[in-house]
Amino acid sequence: MFRLPADKVLQRALFVVALLTASLVGLIILFVLRETLPALQSPGITRFVTDESWHPLEGKFGMLPMLWGTLFSTTLAVLLATPLGIGMAVFCRYVAPPALVSTFRGLVTLLAGIPSVVFGFWGLTVLVPLIARVEPPGASLLAASLILAIMILPTVALMSEAALAAIPESYAQGAAALGLGRRATVLRVMLPAAKSGIIAAVILATARALGETMAVLMVSGNVVETPTSLFAPIRTLTANIALEMAYATKFHRASLFVSGLVLTAVIMLLAWLAYRAEHHIQKATGVLHAA
Amino acid sequence: MPLENYALAARAEMTRKSAPIFEKLFTTTAWLSALLVMSFFSWMVFDIAANGFAKISWSFLTEAPLSAGRKGGISTIIVSTLLILAVTIVVAVPLAIAVAVWLAEFSRREGFAARAIGITLDVLAGIPSIVFGLFGNAFFCVFLGLGFSILSGGLTLACMVLPILIRATEAGLRAAPNEWRQGGAALGLSKATTLWQVLLPAAAPAITAGLLLGIGRALAETAALIFTSGYVDRMPASLNDSGRALAVHIYDLSMNVPGGDQAAYGSTLILIFLLIVINASAIFITNRILKARIQPK
Repeated sequence: MFRLPADKVLQRALFVVALLTASLVGLIILFVLRETLPALQSPGITRFVTDESWHPLEGKFGMLPMLWGTLFSTTLAVLLATPLGIGMAVFCRYVAPPALVSTFRGLVTLLAGIPSVVFGFWGLTVLVPLIARVEPPGASLLAASLILAIMILPTVALMSEAALAAIPESYAQGAAALGLGRRATVLRVMLPAAKSGIIAAVILATARALGETMAVLMVSGNVVETPTSLFAPIRTLTANIALEMAYATKFHRASLFVSGLVLTAVIMLLAWLAYRAEHHIQKATGVLHAA
Repeated sequence: MPLENYALAARAEMTRKSAPIFEKLFTTTAWLSALLVMSFFSWMVFDIAANGFAKISWSFLTEAPLSAGRKGGISTIIVSTLLILAVTIVVAVPLAIAVAVWLAEFSRREGFAARAIGITLDVLAGIPSIVFGLFGNAFFCVFLGLGFSILSGGLTLACMVLPILIRATEAGLRAAPNEWRQGGAALGLSKATTLWQVLLPAAAPAITAGLLLGIGRALAETAALIFTSGYVDRMPASLNDSGRALAVHIYDLSMNVPGGDQAAYGSTLILIFLLIVINASAIFITNRILKARIQPK
């Protein structure tokens, strides 16, 4: 196609800007990697798993208690949020009176936009004292999981609802033709048909819970110990970074960057899995449409 | 898959004698899950609103914080927050528009470069905020020598909101009908002129909506700011000074300042109020675009 010279210049300039912006990701990875380099030197990267405790100022760098803290709180949060979130999606789509639907969806969207520091603050001033009444200290694995669950609920609910909405009309018609009730239609036809989308929702919610920092930091007590009960305080890997970056130096600082890098890698992997799961549903429904 | 599902469902339905009870149980469960979450949510919102309103006054908004924020107001915090946001916007918006224009108007849609850039944008959007904080600290504060400053914080947030802005602008440009581009070409306009006079104005509401969402995200951010823009709660004299953002203020008051709860409630209510206004305007503008869009025949 004919192009004016000015347009060619514009196109080249914009392309350069686009490339520079894209290389930002490379820059981020490069700089985080660069800061992890001191971790390869003495006392060595294996200390993260072989040391029995985390006392960086005394040369102990065991990260396993915090890894458990992250894994336990995330798992519990996902276990709580998944059934509730799917329940909310089903409610919104098949059960709620039509007048309520848009208000309900609006509130869930609002919930999704609340900053994590607000969840953390509210958890700390209201939820933690309540839990402390049952069993002190209150700031605990339970508090962290509850707050995380509330935070990832909108992701599960909104994405599951979108997956349910994407099911072709013919599925509902088929179910109706067989005389299925609402329960059977939803549980045995709709939810199985939306399975891939719902799995993607849960995976993305897991990624969000893994990367969450402030809310967990504020309600979990931050004691570096492998939790033995729901009421035990925990410290997650992300909270550890936020707490110690300010004064960490050398190997200590590098170890914080290592945990950040590993978390990012895991989150990227989850995002990719979620993408694959969603892609799967598109293919599946496409084939059914043709048939 | 669906055929077996239908068969199984139909058989289960026919053999089950007590279907009405299960039907009730199903409906009740769905209602309960919705009610549970909503009551938890309302509990939180009412608690914050009730305690926050008690704290908010004109002097709370216009006075500097005293005794680590327990007394006084949040004027310096608001100024720092606005400065950080200003840096973010000034840096991110031109970059985002440039990239979006290239993606929407100049790239081949399924071309290698466009796809590669699209993937990097998705990666950027997926990086957790604490890692942006690590990067911002290592790159802006230490490597570029900007130190703990409003500039470092704003630049870090700019990296964070770029994907949101780019995607919104790109969508706005792609929604402009092709006839407008052809019309420009037919008039002998350069592509640059068509962009400037026709396409970007047409995409302006979408860009604004994206910008508002980006500002909302930046305003909500804490983890990426605590070790880039820092904690200092004095009035910043320049962009090279450390400044405490509103979200960081809430964090500090509730974690490190005994007796700071009421001030934290006040600040939280202000933050939520700002976010609701910003998100509502974004939704309003998006709806207006959908209604006002001229549909080419």
